[in-house]
Amino acid sequence: MGLKLKALCKSPWLFHINTGACNNCDIELVDALTPRFDVERLGVLLVGTIRHADALVVTGGVTQQAAPRLRRLYEQTPKPRLVIACGSCACTKGIFHDGYHMVGPVDEIVPVDIYIPGCPPKPEAIIDALAKLLKKVAKIHHEG
Amino acid sequence: MNPLWALFQVLVFPGFGFTFAFAMVFAWIDRKVTARVQWRVGPPFLQPLYDFIKLLGKEVIVPAGGARFLFLLAPLFGLAAVTLASALVWQANIWPTSGFVGDLIVVIYLLTIPSLSVILGGFASNNRVASLGASREMKMILSYELPLILALIVPIINAGGSIRLGEMLQGQSAVSHVSGILAFIVAIICMQAKLGLVPFDAAEAETEVMSGPFVEYSGAPLAVLKLMRSMMLFVMPVFLVTVFWGGITAGEGILGVILGCLKIVLLLVIVIVMRNTNPRVRIDQAVGFFWGPWVTGVAALAVALALLRNVIWV
Repeated sequence: MGLKLKALCKSPWLFHINTGACNNCDIELVDALTPRFDVERLGVLLVGTIRHADALVVTGGVTQQAAPRLRRLYEQTPKPRLVIACGSCACTKGIFHDGYHMVGPVDEIVPVDIYIPGCPPKPEAIIDALAKLLKKVAKIHHEG
Repeated sequence: MNPLWALFQVLVFPGFGFTFAFAMVFAWIDRKVTARVQWRVGPPFLQPLYDFIKLLGKEVIVPAGGARFLFLLAPLFGLAAVTLASALVWQANIWPTSGFVGDLIVVIYLLTIPSLSVILGGFASNNRVASLGASREMKMILSYELPLILALIVPIINAGGSIRLGEMLQGQSAVSHVSGILAFIVAIICMQAKLGLVPFDAAEAETEVMSGPFVEYSGAPLAVLKLMRSMMLFVMPVFLVTVFWGGITAGEGILGVILGCLKIVLLLVIVIVMRNTNPRVRIDQAVGFFWGPWVTGVAALAVALALLRNVIWV
């Protein structure tokens, strides 16, 4: 188990899910993956299919359309898996708080491991959150 | 041959263990050089190993309605084949007198099996995208195998009709003649397609079919598939150097070994540079390219030149 988690911390592959974001967080997330920031130094890759993913990056407060799909995507991810709520909407529903079509923030649908506030969060904030998340997982591994 | 010694050769050196280590190094070189081309730092040296261990520890999901047995077994077929091919090629390089008549043909067949295993796995996963990728991979095999075999006939003719890798190494001068050089260039282009790298990666295009036949794979089978691909990245340059360019130990002593390693690294760099400076071609463009005058035509010309030199002049 220890080696497994250690290797997971060294190569988290991201899968990006938009559950009704205004596209701003998505642009910042893609920005964080550009050569300027070079997250491959941390072993981070963006993968195209949920089966290869280790961490789901969810942007946007969850709409009625997106909620069952987010749930299914979460269940399709092979364990061990992490969920990152990226942006104010994903954390708290943000400016769509009273929208008639909003089911709730991401943590009402699937368990969330780390929250990144901001509208939108900067790429630096996303990378910082990722580093903190990996540190947290490594700490769990140390405590057994 | 002692059966224990044969087992050691297949499992440790120059078979699985040796190929595994170098596959990891070559995968890292690939990613690092790609990163430098894109003006960034790139992953640490152990990154391919971390990825491999992580994938081994992940949950294995078999898609509902998929052919479970075939889905899980296909990657192992490919891995076994590429391991055996590596063992045969390195054996011919290290002990040129060992080996058997026709081991070149065995290696050609073994190097086709990884692509076949990808196709089988893709079709077994009961996923539309995977089937699409697998059918593209199939068309890719149809397109590059013809010029590759034609190109491989040239060193056979130049080596006096021998189909033993060891004899080809000892008695050949493939790149010393224009036919050998033409065939070598054709083989390098075919190698790019065989490795499934840009510009011939239509089968697993991430932006179109989300990694194609690999789309349903997770955990250990995915780790085996990735390892198989990295091993191919190691074995194909070694194979081409063996057949076309005098092998690893063509020179004398330690200098020959260093020269041989430099040849392999040069081929690897050609692959990486091609991969980083080209856009992806559509599958119909790829088939047209390989069956057209610039690849199959040149390969046929090389065969004709080699025949002229070796059969008619003598």
